[in-house]
Amino acid sequence: MPETTADTAPETTPEPEPERRETSGATIELENLSKRYPGSAEPAVDSVSMEIKAGELIIFVGPSGCGKSTMLKMINRLIEPTGGRIHIGGEDVTDMDPVKLRRKVGYAIQSAGLFPHMTVAQNIALVPKMVGWSKSRITSRVEELLDMVGLDPGEFHGRYPRQLSGGQQQRVGVARALAADPPVLLMDEPFGAVDPITRDHLQDELIRLQHELHKTIVFVTHDFDEAIKLGDRIAVLRERSHIAQFDTPEAILTNPADDFVSGFVGAGAALKRLNLTRVRDVGITEYPTVTVDDPLQDIFNKLRAAGTNELLLLDRHNRPYKWLRRGDLMRAKGSLARAGTLVHDTVTRDATLRDALEAVLTDNTGRVAVTGRRGQYEGVVDMETLMNSVHELLDEDRLEALEHQHELQEQRAQQTHHEQEGDGAGEVKA
Amino acid sequence: MNFWDYLVNQHAQLFADAYQHASAVFQCMVVATLIGIVIGVVTYRSEWAGSLATTATSTILTVPSLAMIGLLIPIVGLGVAPTVIALTLYGLLPIVRNAIVGLRGVDPALIDAARGIGMSRAARLFKVELPLAWPPILTGIRVSTQMLMGIAAIAAYASGPGLGNEIFRGIASLGSKNALNQVLAGTLGIIILALLFDAAYVLIGRLTIPRGIRA
Repeated sequence: MPETTADTAPETTPEPEPERRETSGATIELENLSKRYPGSAEPAVDSVSMEIKAGELIIFVGPSGCGKSTMLKMINRLIEPTGGRIHIGGEDVTDMDPVKLRRKVGYAIQSAGLFPHMTVAQNIALVPKMVGWSKSRITSRVEELLDMVGLDPGEFHGRYPRQLSGGQQQRVGVARALAADPPVLLMDEPFGAVDPITRDHLQDELIRLQHELHKTIVFVTHDFDEAIKLGDRIAVLRERSHIAQFDTPEAILTNPADDFVSGFVGAGAALKRLNLTRVRDVGITEYPTVTVDDPLQDIFNKLRAAGTNELLLLDRHNRPYKWLRRGDLMRAKGSLARAGTLVHDTVTRDATLRDALEAVLTDNTGRVAVTGRRGQYEGVVDMETLMNSVHELLDEDRLEALEHQHELQEQRAQQTHHEQEGDGAGEVKA
Repeated sequence: MNFWDYLVNQHAQLFADAYQHASAVFQCMVVATLIGIVIGVVTYRSEWAGSLATTATSTILTVPSLAMIGLLIPIVGLGVAPTVIALTLYGLLPIVRNAIVGLRGVDPALIDAARGIGMSRAARLFKVELPLAWPPILTGIRVSTQMLMGIAAIAAYASGPGLGNEIFRGIASLGSKNALNQVLAGTLGIIILALLFDAAYVLIGRLTIPRGIRA
């Protein structure tokens, strides 16, 4: 599927509800997973249970040393758990041959971990080779993957890792992890070592890839903003990998479970919330417009009828061109050529509310034009709409989170109830 | 007889000695390389095994070569056997040490990546660790070869092969008119051989070190 062209607007956030989308991922269930290193009193990971749905992008986020990487590495048993079970796609993999297990689980790490003595193509071909693909199939797969991660196969295939930039290496690292089409992908701070701009870009690419592939991805990071941007759900981990909160980004932002989580979320949760909503989700309002070909008299009439102080002037291709104020028209004297202020920022329906707010704040008219394909005018978003919708969103989130918390509490209460019954069999049941 | 006339006169004998010298060093190097890499591979993962291997091989190196060959004669007799054994033992240290250093120097992130994508222990060793450790190992082999070139001259003491015979003959007949020529011819021969081998290693390096990690 080499459809990597960027003509369609990139959809940057997976929809929160994974309804009806085809998943090639597999479920992951962790059951009382523990890791105790010999000679240390406290376990590094203490009895963590977690269910991950097929096709979900889960983020483990937490302060350094909280055991999030250890958790991740226990899923492909780079670190052998000392207790608990791991199920992938319903299969118990806790006692399976780890080498076989890892060939079915993609693995991408910080600074890519490409083998410097192999070319890009050789690096990517490693896993398919090990699982015994035919030569021709491997060759075409390598080309396909390079294309998929946005690298020109002809140019990059024969290069050595040291001839690539950090961002390019990371792309190859992801391609290698995806090479044999594993249902599960583990990513250990993969974008930790690249500059912020490249990181942003790689994150967008990952979201796009995930839209195409629907793998089950477990992604470790210590950057909460990255977590919000990428995650379908986020597990905020505290020391010994205790799950402080495991929920959607919206719920964590608006209703952090405790002080630890809110401390980790950091200041500006409401602002971060703006990143999670798109312009398409809030109402786009109509605004009186005129085109450059309209006679001046019509424009006057329209302005009077509209009851606003301004009109949006569109160019011949129906693209926002200028904001026209009453005063501008008075001074125009028959020609619009020099009247009005140019529109310097527009947003698309896919833009985040944060982008929209930014545009509204910088544009002195207090609103921003929304454009569709080829920059054509579709409507405007103004300050008032933004404020109202943010309030609504926050209220909704709060309500949802409260309900959710309530459910959790009930569940927990039931669990403790069961445990107090002393039902020993409960621990071993699958 | 001046040196040039001596060379012209004795060229057949000199070539034969040089050939035997080179051949002995080459064969011992092959054996030492194989044993050295195996020792390195077996010991590099454990701190004490690695130091044990390095210490043991460097202890061998402290034994004077003449004494070593002298000690070997009663056990394995005269001729080729003590030469090969002594040379191989002496050749081990640089290879073992560089193999251990090279294998330990492989970026742990790469080992992590190799394990993470499902490479078996053997695949990791042969596809990742040894290729990455190969440049330092090759350097060790080069150093070893230089050293063995000189030590091999002592082999003549045990009636071994090589240019050492030339040198020993000269020393034995000090004062005779050809003594200096003989010592000189043997020494220069060894130096030339050493340079030729070194050139060969540069070529081998070019051919065997993957382009991605070539300095």
